[in-house]
Parts: sequence; structure tokens; C-alpha cells
Amino acid sequence: MGTHLWNRKHLLGMADLSREEIHAILEAAASLREVNRRDIKKVPTLRGKTVINLFYENSTRTRTSFELAGKRMSADVINMSVASSSVKKGETLYDTLATLQAMNPDLVVIRHPESGAQEFLARHLDASLVNAGDGRHEHPTQALLDLLTIHDNLPLLEQEDFSSLIVAVCGDSLHSRVARSIALGLKTLGAEVRFVGPPGLLPFRAEEAFGVRVFHRLEQGLEGAHVVMALRLQLERMSVGFIPSVREYFAFWGLTKARLAVAAPNAIVMHPGPINRGVEIASEVADDRERSVILDQVANGLAVRMAVMYRLCGVGGGR
Amino acid sequence: MSGFLWIRGARVVDPANGLDATADLLVGDGIIREVGRCDAPLGCPVLDADGLVLAPGLVDMHVHLREPGFEYKETIAGGTRAAAAGGVTTVAAMPNTRPVNDDPSVTGYILQKARSEGWVNVAPIGAVTRGLEGRELTEMGLQIRAGCVAFSDDGRPVADSGLMRRALEYASTFGALIIQHAEDPALAGHGCMHEGVISSRLGLPGLPSEAESVMVDRDLRLVALTGGRYHVAHISTGQAVEAVGRARAMGLSVSCEVAPHHFALTDEAVLGYDTDAKMSPPLRGHEERHALLEGLARGIITVIATDHAPHDPDSKRVEFCQASNGVVGLETLLPVSLELVRDGVMGLSACLAAMTVAPARLLGLNRGALTPGMPADLLLFDLDAPWVVDAARLHGTSRNTCFHGRRVRGRVKKTFVAGRLVHDDDG
Amino acid sequence: MSVTNAREELLLPAEETLTVIRQLAERIREGIDPPEKRVVVVGIRRGGAVVARLLRDTLASLLGRELPIGFLDITFYRDDLRTIGPNPVVGATDLTMQIDNRCIILVDDVLFTGRTIRAALNALFDYGRPESVRLAVLVDRGGRQLPIQPDFAGRVVEAGNRESIKLVERERGEWVVVRRRLAE
Repeated sequence: MGTHLWNRKHLLGMADLSREEIHAILEAAASLREVNRRDIKKVPTLRGKTVINLFYENSTRTRTSFELAGKRMSADVINMSVASSSVKKGETLYDTLATLQAMNPDLVVIRHPESGAQEFLARHLDASLVNAGDGRHEHPTQALLDLLTIHDNLPLLEQEDFSSLIVAVCGDSLHSRVARSIALGLKTLGAEVRFVGPPGLLPFRAEEAFGVRVFHRLEQGLEGAHVVMALRLQLERMSVGFIPSVREYFAFWGLTKARLAVAAPNAIVMHPGPINRGVEIASEVADDRERSVILDQVANGLAVRMAVMYRLCGVGGGR
Repeated sequence: MSGFLWIRGARVVDPANGLDATADLLVGDGIIREVGRCDAPLGCPVLDADGLVLAPGLVDMHVHLREPGFEYKETIAGGTRAAAAGGVTTVAAMPNTRPVNDDPSVTGYILQKARSEGWVNVAPIGAVTRGLEGRELTEMGLQIRAGCVAFSDDGRPVADSGLMRRALEYASTFGALIIQHAEDPALAGHGCMHEGVISSRLGLPGLPSEAESVMVDRDLRLVALTGGRYHVAHISTGQAVEAVGRARAMGLSVSCEVAPHHFALTDEAVLGYDTDAKMSPPLRGHEERHALLEGLARGIITVIATDHAPHDPDSKRVEFCQASNGVVGLETLLPVSLELVRDGVMGLSACLAAMTVAPARLLGLNRGALTPGMPADLLLFDLDAPWVVDAARLHGTSRNTCFHGRRVRGRVKKTFVAGRLVHDDDG
Repeated sequence: MSVTNAREELLLPAEETLTVIRQLAERIREGIDPPEKRVVVVGIRRGGAVVARLLRDTLASLLGRELPIGFLDITFYRDDLRTIGPNPVVGATDLTMQIDNRCIILVDDVLFTGRTIRAALNALFDYGRPESVRLAVLVDRGGRQLPIQPDFAGRVVEAGNRESIKLVERERGEWVVVRRRLAE
């Protein structure tokens, strides 16, 4: 326990967050998990606040998680879905901004296919803003829920904190905002982060950009890892020549029980979902209740999003 | 004595004539009459230029005037007004207008507009291929007859190797210069900034340096094959500078220009997703920037040109990857280039040469020097005056500068075109 | 009463804190009806949790058995999200027992405006429907802004708006109550 430095109006990415700020969220989230287990799953904290979920990409899981989080904090939650195709033809982000302002929300949660869209909006919007994923840039609430999940498992992994932890992030980190955000968060907390995947699917000069270690062969990247995080492979990557085929990808970069043998003894397996079984992860791993914490990630996602809304509204989002 | 002007006591820097000394200059009927210790005719108006530098008006060989077709971005009147404010007396206008300047009638329209509404000289550049589509060559001979000074598909590369060969061959008939926007489309992909650590961090698709250098390498082989005259527009990479240097050493007729934003800024300017730092080619990393400075210092890069590319707010007030490429530069050309002199990259005369006589010679223009008998296109500036770039105070129609807020030194005081005062900082 | 420094006054030394808690426990034992299994002690984090633990231990020696104890964190029930600033420390609520039809002894260290108790009551009712709720506080300093009064108050003190009354740990396990004058 201590005093935390949380003075942010927006949560745009993990790149900005200090160790103390990360802990301020995780601590509130750990406490809020209790709310989600009771009969009356609601606290009055954000009563009278308006939360707008603005999703430019389909993501039922994330949107639902934010919606439920807002409702459990007693906020009024409105969902606005904007199909990307109609965006191209019609309303620009700048026009959307004006519409949003007029609704006078306290908090806006935005998912957008373009990197940096939220930074653009944050510069002009009075409300607090939560980045629910922008292009391939950041997805901070996913990273925070992953950090909470890892934190819960530190005793199992026989670690006191993140400082000697090794986390292998496996797969298409080039196109992954999840990989960027978790790498930044883990580095802030002192962990060793590895990006493991075929060369064409790793960010350019990832070592320098994110302070990660890079491995091209899965067997080498998994060696001694306490946490193995599989990334979703967007199947459309195949058509543009990043990798030849699913069969080839799974043969060399698919997470199987046999490959996990070189990881640390109690290594846990994570996945941001939704899972491509038999592409980046074998069912025997995804469903292994000894190792897989994928369902815990979902539960923690709700608590983390409640905690984020709480911290941001405390700073005085809106007017 | 109407039509005469006696500019007295300036530091006259005329790279073409190897002059850098305190001297007077006499203008009569729009023509430079005398440079040195002049005796002015009786009653001639006198301009006391003590403490100022007098140089040839700048020649910017890479400007987008946007007219015809995109008058909401810029017009010939507005663009040349900005040029005058920047001390630029001649602009070469790129052909990616609507319609594209791929026809003598468009060249004629631009020249007619420039005569009636323009503040400075306009030298049209014609398209290499019809509609900039990269398929059929334009009527280069007729275009030259109509007033075109060079050819380029700028905004896009001439990507097809066979077509580039034919363009170089055909243009050489007329001794015409082919200006290439060197970028391999397949390597560039959907990249919207320089591929580097910053693009990785920002999660923006990167555009590798090799997209430029691969294209320059190819083109230089075609220049060797055809004997054409070839110029690399807005060079941005060390690899391409090296290649141009080697080709020049081999005696090929090859040159290149650099834009101030490329030698003054790096991809760090993109942090925060600032769309006013988005252009093509993109701002590169520190290594590339140093290679460009080296290229200037070694005389491989002989021209500084702005790639002045005005855009309306709606084209920039969008997601980074959706934003239009380009920045305005005419009014920051001189002070930002003078940083090269202050940083010891090159001398004042060499720096001014890159913005006067060098581009004028490449385009075959009788400009860019203070030789008696030449049109009196003149620039008077205060070498050390400090000021802060303010987008709101620019003179053009669009204000998409990447230098907003930059502290610079060197201020244009007066600009003359053929002896006529077109910009007066004090007036 | 000893003065520890210019701004701070010791209201309850450690041994007196324990005496007051013993007196509270005795009155609670008399006041609870029936004194059987249905009584639950619930402390409000963070100061109330300390008092609740001490009270439970004292009651255990008086009753000869331990009453169930739980803890409430009322952070998410406060009505001053904006004014308390962005950095409240968040503790965990720990109410594992059923509270339906129980007699709750709600415990806090210092009773002031009554807003904390209001929040705690709201929180409590999100966990079930107790038969009754009694309020026990170590110190009642007056200054109520809501119609809330303690059923059991250890000490009543007069305190001005520019003073804070706080339960603080001096040595390990030694709890004292101090009065501090806030800076102008």
C-alpha cells in the first residue's frame, strides 16, 4: 500500500505508464474482482457518468467487456458501432469528434483500425479516453489484464515480482498491438520479454524499439520462459505473403505440448483471444487447465476495465 | 529616373560569379545593369542595404502550385505569393494537377495564369507519362515548345523499367531533364512513415530506405545505358546519395536535390502522429539525415528544393495513414537552409548556389545569378535576424508546415522579380 | 494529556485505546440481543478494521468464543470520487460469511460527517439483507452532515473543522488516537 501517482485523464498506451501507475490500476482491479463474484455485481462509483463505447472494428469480446465494466460501476453505457466501410465513405474522425462532444460523455472507449487515431481524438475531446486498441499500435487494457493475470501467478512461478520473469510473446508481433502493449508494460515492471516468430512477422528493429530479445525459432524462444503468450495469427496475412500457409506456420511456430517442454516447469500459457486452434496454438495446450490461464484473462479483463474507468473518472474526466 | 534602383552597401553574394563582397547593384528597367562600385544615374531611387545580404532570387525547382484542379489547396496566385515571401523568385511547378500537366494546353494555361496573377516566375514541369499513369510518354517536344523546363511524374515514380529507359532516351533528343520521384512501389507497400524504431513503436507501416535506393540504382543503370539527363527529386537516403555520387564520378549527367525538412528533421517529428510531419519520401532516421548533410558538404547534392506541397486542413486532420503527403516549405526554405551554414556543413555561397544557380542551370533558366544583363530577380535578407516560424502567419493558402514553432535565423527583407518589389518585410 | 509536538496532541495513549475498546466491548455485550450466533463484526477499512479486530478479540474473551469478522472497503461507494483526488488507496472487501438475517456490528475508528457510514451501509446491503446494523466507533468527534448516530461510542471529543482526529500505529501493535491541527 502506498500513495499512487495517477493523474492521467486518458489511457492511450502502456508506453506512458510508470510502474506506480500500473500498480494503481492492478490494485484497484484486484479489489474490484470481488464485486464480480457477489450476488449484486454492482458498485455505485460511476453513477450518473456516461460512457460511450465507440468501436470502428468489430470486437464483441472487448466491447462487451467494457460495456459490462461500465455497468458494474453504475455508469450509463452507450455502444456506438461504426462499420469501417461507412467511415471511408462518410463521416471523418473529425466529424465524429464533434458528434461525441455534443453528447457530453465523461468517458469514451475507442477501438479504431488506424494507429494513432485515439491520440488525435484525445487532443480535441473534453472527455476521458480509453484506447481499446488502435491499429497495430497499443491495446493497454489487454496488457493490464495480462499483467494482473501474470501477477496472480507469480507464486506458482516461484517469483517474488516481475524482475526475474521471462515472458515469451510468440507469433505475429508485427501486426499486434497486444504484443507492443504487453512488451512495454512488462519492460516497465522489469521482466525479460522475448518476441518469438518468423522474421517477417516481427516489428522492425524490435530489440531497439521495445527492449525485447528476438528469437526466430520457437524452441529457442521458449527455453526457460515462465509465461508463454501466443498471439492470434490474422489469417489474411497469408494472402499477402508474410507466411506461406497455415500448415507451414503451425509446423514451425504452433504452440504444442512437446514444444512447451523446454519452458520453465510451471510455465503458464496465455492468449488474448479469440483463439485459432491448430494455427498458433494446439487445443491440447489451450485446454490444458494446468497451464492455460486464458479464461482467467477474460475474468481479469472485466476487473481491469472497471479499475481503469475508476481511475480515469477520479481524475475528472468530462467536466 | 523611373525604372531604376540603386541598391547600396549590401554584402553581395553571387555564387555564379564567385562574388562575396560589399558592393552596390544597379537595376534598370528590370535588368541588372551593374554590380560593384556603381555610379547611379541622377535622381535614381536609392535603397540603403547596409547590413543585409543581397543575393540572386532563389530558384525552387520543386513546388506544387495545385492549380489547375486543387485550388482549395493552393493557387498560382497564393503559391507564388508564398514564394515571394520566402525570397523565391522562380518556382518550377510540378505537373500533378487536375488535369495533369501532360499537354501543351495545360502548360499554356499555367503560364498565362502566372503572367496575370503570379507574383514570381513560374516554370512548368511536364509529366513524363500521360495522366501520370506510367504507360504512355507525353509529347515532350511540344511541351518544351509550350514552356516546360523538365519532366517528372512526381508524386509517383516512373516504375516501369522499360518505360523509364524510353523516357530517358526520348528526353535526351531535346536535352530535357527527367526528374524522378524514386520509390519502388512494391517495397514501399502501404508504408506511411520511415521504417525504423519509431515506426515500430508507433505501429505505423514503415517505408524502408531501400524503396528509394533500389529505384535510384536501377535508374542510374538506365542513365548509363541511354545517356539521358537524370535528377533525383527530394533525395532522402544515404544509399541513394552514394549512388548518385558514384554516377557523377563516372561522368553521367546525374544530379539530385534535397528538401530542407529531410536534412533538418528526422522521423522523431512523427511522434504524436503529427500529420504535418507526413510526406513522401518520409522523414528518415538520424543516420540518413547525417548522410544527407554529408552529401551536401561533399557537393554530391547540388540543389536544395522545397517539395512545397500545400494541403487543406481536411486532408491533414485525419488518421495518420489517411493523411495526404506533403508540407509547405517556400517560406522556411531560406532560414532552415541557413542552418547548414551556421552548423558548418557548407559556406554561405555554396548554400545559396544550391538554391540559385545550380537549379537554374539544371532547368536551363537564365536566372539565379547577378550577371549584368540578366533579369533583376533579387533577394535581400538579414542573415542573423531571429524569428519563430508561425503557421498562422504564412502567406500561402495552406499552412501545413512541419516547422511550426521552430526558432530560426535569417529573414527575407525584400524580394524583387525583374526589378519589381514583390515582397517587403517592412511594408 | 501530553503534547507530542506543536501541531499534534495525544488524545488516547495506547493503553487507553485498549481501555476504551474494553468498555465498548462490555457495552456491546450488554446491548446485543440475542448474544448468540447471529452477531457479525464488520470493520470499515482501514482504521475501522483495526478497531474491529481489537474489539473482536476483547469480545472473544468476554463471550468465551470468537465472533465472525469481516471487512468492508468502501472506496467504490464514496460520494466524493472527484474531490478525494485521483489516488485513493484501494483495499479489499472481505465478507465471506452470509450476512442475511445477521446482526451486524459495524465498526469504525472515528465518526465525523457520517458519509463513510452512509457508504458502508450501501456497500453492506449489496452483500445481503442483515436483520440489524449497529454502529460502534472508537471516537465520535461530532460534525455530522447526515442523520447518523453511533449506538456505541468509546469517547466523544469536540473537534473543529481544521483538526483531524486519527487512529495511528505508534509502535508495533500499539494504537493511539491523535488530534492534529491542519495547516492553514
